[in-house]
Amino acid sequence: MNDPLTLHIRLNGEPRVFAADPDEKLLELLRRHGLKGAKFGCREGVCGACTVLLDGRAVYACLLPACLADGHEVVTIEGVGDQEHPHPFQQALVEAGAVQCGFCIPGMVLSAKALLDENPQPEDEEIREKMDGNLCRCTGYEKIWTALKAVIAAGGGGGEDAS
Amino acid sequence: MKAERDFQVVNHSVRKVDAWQLATGYPSYTADLAPAGCLHVKMLWSPHAHARLRSVDIAAAERMPGVRCVLYHGNVPRHPYTTAGEGFPEPSPYDQFVFDRKVRFVGDRVAAVAAETPAQAEAALAAIRVDYEVLEPVLSLEAALAPGAPVIHDEPDAYLPIPMPYCPQENIVARVGMEDVGDFADGLARADVRLDQTFETQYVQHAPMETYVAWAALDGRNRIQITTSTQVPFHCRRLVAQALGLSVGQIRVIKPRIGGGFGSKQEVLLEDLVALFALRTRRPVLWELSRAETFTSGRTRHPIRVRVRAGVTRAGALTALGLDCTANTGAYGGHGIPVVMCCGSKVLPLYRAETVHFAGQIVYTNLPVAGAYRGFGATQAYFGTEQVMDQLAEGVGLDPLEFRLRNHIRSGETSPVFAALGEGKEGVPMTIGSCALEACLRQGAAAIGWDRRRPHTEKTGRLRRGLGMAALMQGSSIPRIDMGAASIKINDDGSFNLLVGATDLGTGSDTVLAQIAAETLGVAVDKILVYSSDTDLTPFDVGAYASSTTYLSGMAVKKAAADARGQVLRVAAAMLAAPVEGLLLEGGVIRAAPDRSVTLAQVAHYALYERDQFQIIGTASHVTEKSPPPFAAHFVEIEVDTWTGAIRPLRYVAAVDCGTPINPKLAEGQTEGAVLNGISFALTEQYLFTPKGRLKNASLEDYHLWSLRDKPPIQAILVSSFEETGPYGAKSVSEISINGAAPAIGNALYNAVGVRLHQLPFTRERVWRALQSHAPE
Ligand code: FES
Ligand code: FES
Repeated sequence: MNDPLTLHIRLNGEPRVFAADPDEKLLELLRRHGLKGAKFGCREGVCGACTVLLDGRAVYACLLPACLADGHEVVTIEGVGDQEHPHPFQQALVEAGAVQCGFCIPGMVLSAKALLDENPQPEDEEIREKMDGNLCRCTGYEKIWTALKAVIAAGGGGGEDAS
Repeated sequence: MKAERDFQVVNHSVRKVDAWQLATGYPSYTADLAPAGCLHVKMLWSPHAHARLRSVDIAAAERMPGVRCVLYHGNVPRHPYTTAGEGFPEPSPYDQFVFDRKVRFVGDRVAAVAAETPAQAEAALAAIRVDYEVLEPVLSLEAALAPGAPVIHDEPDAYLPIPMPYCPQENIVARVGMEDVGDFADGLARADVRLDQTFETQYVQHAPMETYVAWAALDGRNRIQITTSTQVPFHCRRLVAQALGLSVGQIRVIKPRIGGGFGSKQEVLLEDLVALFALRTRRPVLWELSRAETFTSGRTRHPIRVRVRAGVTRAGALTALGLDCTANTGAYGGHGIPVVMCCGSKVLPLYRAETVHFAGQIVYTNLPVAGAYRGFGATQAYFGTEQVMDQLAEGVGLDPLEFRLRNHIRSGETSPVFAALGEGKEGVPMTIGSCALEACLRQGAAAIGWDRRRPHTEKTGRLRRGLGMAALMQGSSIPRIDMGAASIKINDDGSFNLLVGATDLGTGSDTVLAQIAAETLGVAVDKILVYSSDTDLTPFDVGAYASSTTYLSGMAVKKAAADARGQVLRVAAAMLAAPVEGLLLEGGVIRAAPDRSVTLAQVAHYALYERDQFQIIGTASHVTEKSPPPFAAHFVEIEVDTWTGAIRPLRYVAAVDCGTPINPKLAEGQTEGAVLNGISFALTEQYLFTPKGRLKNASLEDYHLWSLRDKPPIQAILVSSFEETGPYGAKSVSEISINGAAPAIGNALYNAVGVRLHQLPFTRERVWRALQSHAPE
């Protein structure tokens, strides 16, 4: 066994210190510390259920060694919003009836947040490209699409970062 | 129309009760809830498709670091059971054991390790020494049915618990069928146009985003508590007890939020072992399958070869419709019998045919195990029958839409098939109550622009477009077999706890059932606190399958709520000194006159604390007498690239009659999700095997699920009808819409380029090859 590393991560706005094995993935580290919002769907870097933001960019936490987050800023679904202060996309998903089993939803929210933070008014093609890495088996994406378009039509939700 | 009733809660798109908790990432799913300090399970899976285990040596593995327990056939109880969750006695052979001395597919169980960490468990697997006697694998229907084929299930103790011959010596689970309706041969002979074609569907998987996962722990009284991602908590409890030789009372099964199932979790795949490990180690034990393990060792859709024979007169009347189905159930037989029976019962009654034939057989092979998958046989059968309907229509010069309008079953009509085919036994006679298929056909056709359809002979160029359609029905519950129950009790503040065994696997059934309760009790939906699927606390329910929850469990909820409502009114009558008959319960207030009223909270207080105290609690069970079909008409427009064979779906319209949609947005969501799954089933999804029967594409990357980028616009149209036997007129909606895409795209392909495919999926290569050999003009 390798000695654990000490990692300094700004997690959902708070400076935190973690011990992690060198080969531990960020998803495991987060879930081990009670942040269960990022899901394991494949551990292959395909489904996006594990999506978190690393310095504002959507990444697959299942593949990312936790040590690479050392010295960086990580935002998980727990840091995006709650029912009282949701991200506009969370609100829109709930209103649209887009949450079926919900397993993909945290990842969807983070990918959309990364997209909207960068460009609050993306064209359809950019949406398709940026949301391509988040799979959903339940909804056919129809209502997820509707929800995202509604947020964009209402201004994009950029800058309302709760973290 | 009756559907235009004035509902307060039902038929409104109220917010899903768990939407916020899931959208904000609150720990809700099985793995989220596992306690710290769980042992982790890893399984040694068979590398061979067919082998006997001469010996399994676990001694070295037991000494590996962190290992707490190793299980294999030598140290576990041996009781035949099925992993297929259905009502008892299951229409599935008891052909499985916790571990067996034989392995029957690549990915079958050999031995399992529970260790402190997943890595330690994994490492210990390598230390298990297995001596395999490799047997000849049986990797196709032909090989399985060939005279002298190796027998896959030669164990003497397997049996079929229902009265139906079990024929493992022939590699056959069972043969099913019904007596022909009328003289089928004569029906074919009388036809002016007759067809005899064979269609074949492929191995595919449900691939919910959450893989199979379960954990177990002993409570202070040594009872086993299993928390699991299951669609069938009560069947799970019974089957785990059976597999381990325990009594049901020793086990509690809790279903938390589920990350999708689609039938895959109607199967008890992990729970027996986490329970046994917990018993042996007295530690909490978690087992989470990887995505690759889920593909290889999880459940799949039965590939079925369906021979369709049908005939039609020049006037467009069907004289004969017959199906002969041969299903590949893989290494174990779970769900095979009812799936094949549903090939007939959910498909044949759709059309008024003068003569009808149905027969089927379920065949063992050394390939992955098939099970229940949304659509359940209907998907496989509609692929062929709805392409045959188009060809019959063309043969007699009728538009496919017109052909279906003339021949489909209608309200007030029946089909002898309903009485002949049930699930594992004969069915139940049924007269169709609600049926808005005609409206579905017309509205769907208008939405897609069906009148633009031109024959393929008029199409030229590299890219050619085509329009296709399919008509569909399904069922709602398994009549006289399935039971659902509910109880509902009042709290001090006038809120109600609704306890149901029904199993929300992401479909929204908790919300739908809360709406039904709220409507009945005259309260807002947020006054109904739903708790579902905990075998210690909630009443029994068969679980989430057979499109039953809204129709069956919904009726149990309605009856339980009506019972509670009656008690509320009696208390209110005493409080108001007014006759019960004159009371009006609305918006949480019970009125005797405009100025004489009590609130539900006051009624609750009175009953709980003041006079003649008792708990206002309603309980009810429901068994259905019918399985009223939802109906649907699906339409698709595609573009075919004749140079590459690529099919691009451009637009999809699904018009669905699910009775009263209890929650229209959720019903649309069920439809849209099922449609996209149907499209990828038709075009890209398939299992690919090596010559030795190993799955080659056991990853999401290689299997490929469709993303937001891949999907065409999907329009769900809910066409209301009112099913008198359903809660507030509801029928089912969850399964039907997965069945349409394969035949509709097949028909659209023909309309675009004049070729017809009989084998799924419609890959580029397959389409391209067909185009080459047909050389369309
Ligand atoms: S779990 Fe990370 S991409 Fe699937
Ligand atoms: S809602 Fe179930 S995977 Fe998206």
